[in-house]
Amino acid sequence: MAAEVTTQSAVTKQQTEKWFSKKNIRVFTEPLVENNPITFQVLGICSSLAVTVQMRTALVMALAVTSVTALSNVAISVLRKMIPAKIRIIVELAVIATLVILVDQILKAYLFNISKQLSVFVGLIITNCIIMGRAEAFALQNKPWPSFLDGMGNGLGYGWILMVVAMVRELLGNGSFFGFRIIPEGWYAAGYENMGLMVLAPGAFILLGLLVWIQRTITKTVHE
Amino acid sequence: MLEHYLSLFVKAVFVENILLAFFLGMCSFLAVSKKVETALGLGVAVTFVMTITTPVNWLINTYVLKEGALAWAGLPAADLSFLGFITFIATIAAMVQLVEMIIDRFSPKLYTALGIFLPLIAVNCAILGAALFMVERDYTLGESTVFGFAAGIGWFLAIVAMAAIRYKMRYSNVPPGLRGLGITMLITGLMSMAFMIFSGIQL
Repeated sequence: MAAEVTTQSAVTKQQTEKWFSKKNIRVFTEPLVENNPITFQVLGICSSLAVTVQMRTALVMALAVTSVTALSNVAISVLRKMIPAKIRIIVELAVIATLVILVDQILKAYLFNISKQLSVFVGLIITNCIIMGRAEAFALQNKPWPSFLDGMGNGLGYGWILMVVAMVRELLGNGSFFGFRIIPEGWYAAGYENMGLMVLAPGAFILLGLLVWIQRTITKTVHE
Repeated sequence: MLEHYLSLFVKAVFVENILLAFFLGMCSFLAVSKKVETALGLGVAVTFVMTITTPVNWLINTYVLKEGALAWAGLPAADLSFLGFITFIATIAAMVQLVEMIIDRFSPKLYTALGIFLPLIAVNCAILGAALFMVERDYTLGESTVFGFAAGIGWFLAIVAMAAIRYKMRYSNVPPGLRGLGITMLITGLMSMAFMIFSGIQL
């Protein structure tokens, strides 16, 4: 009888934790700005720079990373009690690699041109530190639903930085926005020139450096 | 023939530096470039692992995964190339483990120097990146060995140079918001610009 009561109360207790409780929303919104994976945790820089020459590739990459982070977090969180601590990195890598293969096949099937442009960087989502980091730091200790939110939050936090960098690089380097030319022809006639540097690697590094500077000045975080 | 390999080597080290032109291996580059000694250790470890894993992955890709690669096993129609990612990462993880055990057995001194970096390497994007570039550019076995080694050397150069600059920079007055990641990214940008000078070189 007593056991029944306790199970019942356990059930009601579980139900009272709402899907969109304050804590869960916090888990989702924190990585967007104050704990941003790129500018604050310094994770996942590798791919964030290479795919930001155009906004279109950056958007596809952001979506791919968000879906992989969210799904891998859910999968690892579901398996968290079964994964032996010693081989957890291999298990995580296997889960992530499987998801990335799925994403790669989907991109090849429906967005072949963009998948060609992204070339090796789709495969490199596997070693994107954000995904491993979230699996290690969050999904292994938390239930599937908060893990999903955490994955989405981190993916989107990564995504918006990617989009900002891509927007500036495409606008200054190519004079366009999502592939549409927006710098009028007249400007070029008057002597305006695209900044070739923005399309090349150094432009990406410098731009991200400046972005981090701006963000850290606003949030007043100081490191070492 | 030698000239071809030499040109590939120079191209992979300077012109298409895996870190400064392709942004691969940034995470560990940013995290471990604070001291020259540790940067040196990680650089050696990455070069070592890359030189081994790139040809190993080439063998696996050519004899198991590629379309028609399983003809020797009587399966000429099989195409396992979609398994590429998971196989490469598994190979890299396994090789890192193996290298760790071998070094531990034969050179404990090197092991204590490299030991802490080896597990980090399994998830270094530069290593997987080298394997994926090798597939994309259709290298031969010889070329992929040279490429793996050269890409490792390029990465090594970049991280050691960065560590030296950061060491020197300790005494500089950097604006608070720029300290850490910000200034490191700006310097990497300048280094990357410097490496672009090599882009005209043809051997």
